[in-house]
Amino acid sequence: MKEYLNKLITLRKHNAQVAWKKAKTRKMCYAFLAPYFILFTMFYVFPVVASIYYSFTYYNILESPRFIGLRNYISLILQDDIFLVGVKNTFMIAVITGPLGYIMSFLFAWLINELPRWVRSVAVIVFYAPSIAGNCYVIFSVFFRGDAYGYVNAFLMNLGIIDAPILWLINPTYMLPICMLVILWMSLGTGFLSFVAGLQGVDKSQFEAGYMDGVKNRWQELWFITLPNMKPMLMFGAVMSITQAFGVCDVTMALCGYPSTDYAARTIVTHLYDYGFDRFEMGYACAIATILFLIMILCNKAIQSLLRRVGT
Amino acid sequence: MSEARAIKTKIKKEKEQVYRKPLIKRRKPNRSVAGDFFLYLFLILVAVVMVFPIVYAVSSALKPLDELFKFPPTVFPQHPTLDNFSDLFVTMGKSWVTFSRYLFNTVFITAVGTAGHLIIASMGAFVLAKYEFPGNQVFFKIVTVAMMFTGYVTQIPNYLILNKLGWIDTYWAIIIPAFASPMGLFLMKQFMEGLPTSLIEAAKIDGANEWRVFSGIVMPNVKPAWMTLIIFSVQALWNNRASTFIYSEERKTLVFAMQQIQGGGIARTGQGAAVLVVLMAVPIVIFIFSESQILETMASSGLKD
Repeated sequence: MKEYLNKLITLRKHNAQVAWKKAKTRKMCYAFLAPYFILFTMFYVFPVVASIYYSFTYYNILESPRFIGLRNYISLILQDDIFLVGVKNTFMIAVITGPLGYIMSFLFAWLINELPRWVRSVAVIVFYAPSIAGNCYVIFSVFFRGDAYGYVNAFLMNLGIIDAPILWLINPTYMLPICMLVILWMSLGTGFLSFVAGLQGVDKSQFEAGYMDGVKNRWQELWFITLPNMKPMLMFGAVMSITQAFGVCDVTMALCGYPSTDYAARTIVTHLYDYGFDRFEMGYACAIATILFLIMILCNKAIQSLLRRVGT
Repeated sequence: MSEARAIKTKIKKEKEQVYRKPLIKRRKPNRSVAGDFFLYLFLILVAVVMVFPIVYAVSSALKPLDELFKFPPTVFPQHPTLDNFSDLFVTMGKSWVTFSRYLFNTVFITAVGTAGHLIIASMGAFVLAKYEFPGNQVFFKIVTVAMMFTGYVTQIPNYLILNKLGWIDTYWAIIIPAFASPMGLFLMKQFMEGLPTSLIEAAKIDGANEWRVFSGIVMPNVKPAWMTLIIFSVQALWNNRASTFIYSEERKTLVFAMQQIQGGGIARTGQGAAVLVVLMAVPIVIFIFSESQILETMASSGLKD
């Protein structure tokens, strides 16, 4: 055992020396990477570490952080009912809009792939526009206005489906479905672009080989030829839609208000904002951030291992 | 003379006929007509739904006040005016912080942030894609992991760091973190990997140093990726509300102004729609003009493992 350890250590030492020598000859590489590396570490890596550290403390900016162990997490899970509402809402939104948005992105990318060139480029603009239009979703608050002048209300009343206006964005029953609708409207984002581009790159001769081998219809072609070829893009798209699905807060805050009635539209990120920037309980907010971080990373890993099996 | 011209046009015509592709491609053998019909009908319906809110926003920005509250509402304005846009400058020109100031703040943040991001991320992507050095792959892995969580996770420590640096309530609080966006580096690196290594080696043999290779040879060859980085960065910065990092009224952004105007109640509906149009027009217009280049870059966006 000891011998083995010694060998391992000498091997590691040797490897380190080789790496060091290599690194010396590549000084210029590090010089090129340095600006990005420093900023990235400062604003992406270090904050995650700091957030984990602060989550174990009581910190309100004025006093220096005081170590309190797991107490933040315990009170989050056992005492904070509103947080649990937020978790429930976030998962509801993520579970519904995440997969649905992802499938929509792929489906539309695939459908427009066979259109003539100029129709395709117009279609890409039409489908992609909602997600880059930034704050355009606030227009939905006009459609779903609570009084009889809101378009949806007026429309339904004229048809005789309802006889009194519904407070779409104030009544907790309707808040989440409407938010999901708006999120779905915006869900053809970066992943969609990646799919469109990826579908263009699929080797045409494979389809011809498919006809010869008896691929009968477009759905078989999709499963046996297109999807396996698209695996890297599918992975990328999954990362994008998971990140988006769990980070929901802008839409709910803009449409349903902040705070919303009965906290019915509260998400994890909204809760984080509440504690971080309104109550300045930084330690507590960091615990929320850490939980969100873990959820996202675990979800990504799980989905990626699932996607590896596509088309096999 | 005319004979020669006739021959020339004849040759030209023949050439065109050879090169012109058939207008309608032959149908693929395994497609049913009914399937095509229903799928495209579905596609058109969804496209209408997708585009309707945007069209509605643009049309309400062009409507005069009496048409805005007309019932039943019209999709297209009968007497389109630009009054709402000029009102932005007139009514808000008298307020303490003028509308043009908000506009300037957003333009400044977007322009500087995007330019810096482009330069810094390309430099990093260049060495990550084209050279092998210890730590190369580990660093890229970390960048990919960083794409897996949203910026909200890091907001609070970011606030504390920016506070230590004294950048809170300055433009830099928004600009500098935007330089290090992982998405840009990722896309740039993936695209640069497609560049032939021989190109770089040839330049080196000619005696160019690394900086010359980077600025003279690599960067001009990855122009499609530039546009992609620009659109993602602009989209993020242009729509940045930034209210947690910036609290002086005269440094606030356009999105904040929009919320202010919309908070002004029903009389400001037209102006609210006008700001909304300004906000969404810029990213969409950039996208329309750079679509083919962006798609070219996105073709190499896949995550391999």
